[in-house]
Amino acid sequence: MSLSEFWDFLVLGVVLGSLYAVIAIGYTLVYGVLQLLNFAHSEVFMFGGYGGLIALTAWSPVTSPSGFQSVAYVAVGMCAGAALGGIAAYGLEKVAYRPLRRRHAPRLVFLITAIGASFFLYNLAGKLFGRNAAPMPTMYENKKLFSVFGADINITQLLILISAVVMMIGLDYVVNRTKLGSGIRAVAQDPEVASLMGVDIDKVVSRTFVIGGLLGGAAGFLFGTNQQVFYTMGFLPGITAFAAAVLGGIGNVRGAMVGGMLLGIVENLTVGFWGDGWRYVGAFAVLVLVLMFRPTGILGERVGRTA
Amino acid sequence: MSTTKLAKEPEGTEPTAAPALLELRDLRVFYGAIEALKGVNLSVREGEVVALLGANGAGKSTTLRTASGMLSPRSGEVLLRGERIDGIKPHNLVRFGIGHVPEGRRVFARMTVRENLEMGAYRFKSPDQDEMDRIFGLFPRLAERSSQLGGTLSGGEQQMLAIGRALMGKPELLLLDEPSMGLAPLVVQQIFEILREINQQGTTVLLVEQNAAQALQLADRGYVLETGTVAMHEEASALLADPRVRAAYLGEIAE
Ligand SMILES: Nc1ncnc2c1ncn2[C@@H]1O[C@H](COP(=O)(O)OP(=O)(O)O)[C@@H](O)[C@H]1O
Ligand SMILES: [Mg+2]
Repeated sequence: MSLSEFWDFLVLGVVLGSLYAVIAIGYTLVYGVLQLLNFAHSEVFMFGGYGGLIALTAWSPVTSPSGFQSVAYVAVGMCAGAALGGIAAYGLEKVAYRPLRRRHAPRLVFLITAIGASFFLYNLAGKLFGRNAAPMPTMYENKKLFSVFGADINITQLLILISAVVMMIGLDYVVNRTKLGSGIRAVAQDPEVASLMGVDIDKVVSRTFVIGGLLGGAAGFLFGTNQQVFYTMGFLPGITAFAAAVLGGIGNVRGAMVGGMLLGIVENLTVGFWGDGWRYVGAFAVLVLVLMFRPTGILGERVGRTA
Repeated sequence: MSTTKLAKEPEGTEPTAAPALLELRDLRVFYGAIEALKGVNLSVREGEVVALLGANGAGKSTTLRTASGMLSPRSGEVLLRGERIDGIKPHNLVRFGIGHVPEGRRVFARMTVRENLEMGAYRFKSPDQDEMDRIFGLFPRLAERSSQLGGTLSGGEQQMLAIGRALMGKPELLLLDEPSMGLAPLVVQQIFEILREINQQGTTVLLVEQNAAQALQLADRGYVLETGTVAMHEEASALLADPRVRAAYLGEIAE
């Protein structure tokens, strides 16, 4: 791999990693408040892709849009993706998980429900939207914008990176600086005491799912823009983002961001060095290695509950 | 039911017309099949400090947890100013003016001291800065450590923080579960001084303690729980003098 190729793959890695980071936040937030591995989050992401696709198809973009139209298309696609993701996550919590919490179901039942919900949702999507991959309608001409160290950066890549960074900053603000964020952190640390302070746990849990769903949905739209939208598109990014959340220290929001970026970069550098067949081998080798020496993840003293 | 209870009131405390601030009537509380409270009657009048004593496992924490809505009684009633509050979820109950400082302090370890205090005021739109200043006045140690994480505080400081956090919710009734647990005598002394001050500033206190001597010196009245029932109920001074209490709970106190 030449040096310029290295930068190419690094750019690809940063772009993909930023998406993993945004998806990973959804896993880690839900884990924080419920200690639940919400495997159906990958389907929330997938629904985000379809949200953007459906909204843009309905609007049928003109073939050579003006700059203003392009911005409008992207905004609509992103909002539709986020909205469908948010709705899917909200419904998932209400329908699948809340009844289990009411009945104090064991951990294992939550896990199986999560996996079941995931299968249900992507097969439902396959049935509703068809089983063929569909490209996102053209919102803009995906030009090369500039290059860093010889690596070209196009509009889609910049869009993904900027959107992801904005979402991460926004999320960090919500979690650390708002009242809802205080509620989320309090429930994650000690739900019983949080409720003594007046925190309505059900409300906080529901909103946590919605926040994760908005982010995951927007990420689904961006992923679909970069590649395509298909009913199983959630699987690999979902698993990788889940791994990223664990790598960063599950329950820790900034850890999810770090883990996502790291896995995205390692994945693409592995491809650069050894070819596409090794794509996930490198990333997951790093995961296993890091966890061997730091079982709580990179930023992971904050794992779980400390009384 | 209530007449038999009144007959058991200690002499000198006339039953008043106004309902007690907190009244527990014939509470029976279960953990699964285990009956932790077997018909507990207890009342706390406005302005009082009431001590709730008893050995480990007697049901003291269960009593407090039922009063603050964390547990629902299988039968019996929890009344606040004569109104039934049992069955209300704890997050709604804070609005009724009950603050609960739980056993083991349970401060939010990964939040700063200031954030912990702000959590205590969660039920309000925004935390009252004057109240925060008042609490920093009561506990200067917390003011010094306001941006330190809760988990890095000493046990005594965590207890102060747990009390301060509950006060941020501006409770009329403060429920405290073993605030002296595991603390050095000097720190216990400080905390009890502050509890006295808090009470003098108008907060009614129901205090669960194993440290009977300290608790009864502060309290107006005391109850002794034994395996889920009230075994004794007296003026604090009478309990302090009672040979059974002295033997069971003050045995270790040299002096
Ligand atoms: N979560 C629980 N599950 C089952 N039994 C419990 C639980 N909490 C307390 N108990 C039982 O209820 C009784 C009263 O406990 P508790 O109220 O904590 O006593 P105290 O605070 O006086 O030490 C004890 O026998 C205890 O073992
Ligand atoms: Mg106890």
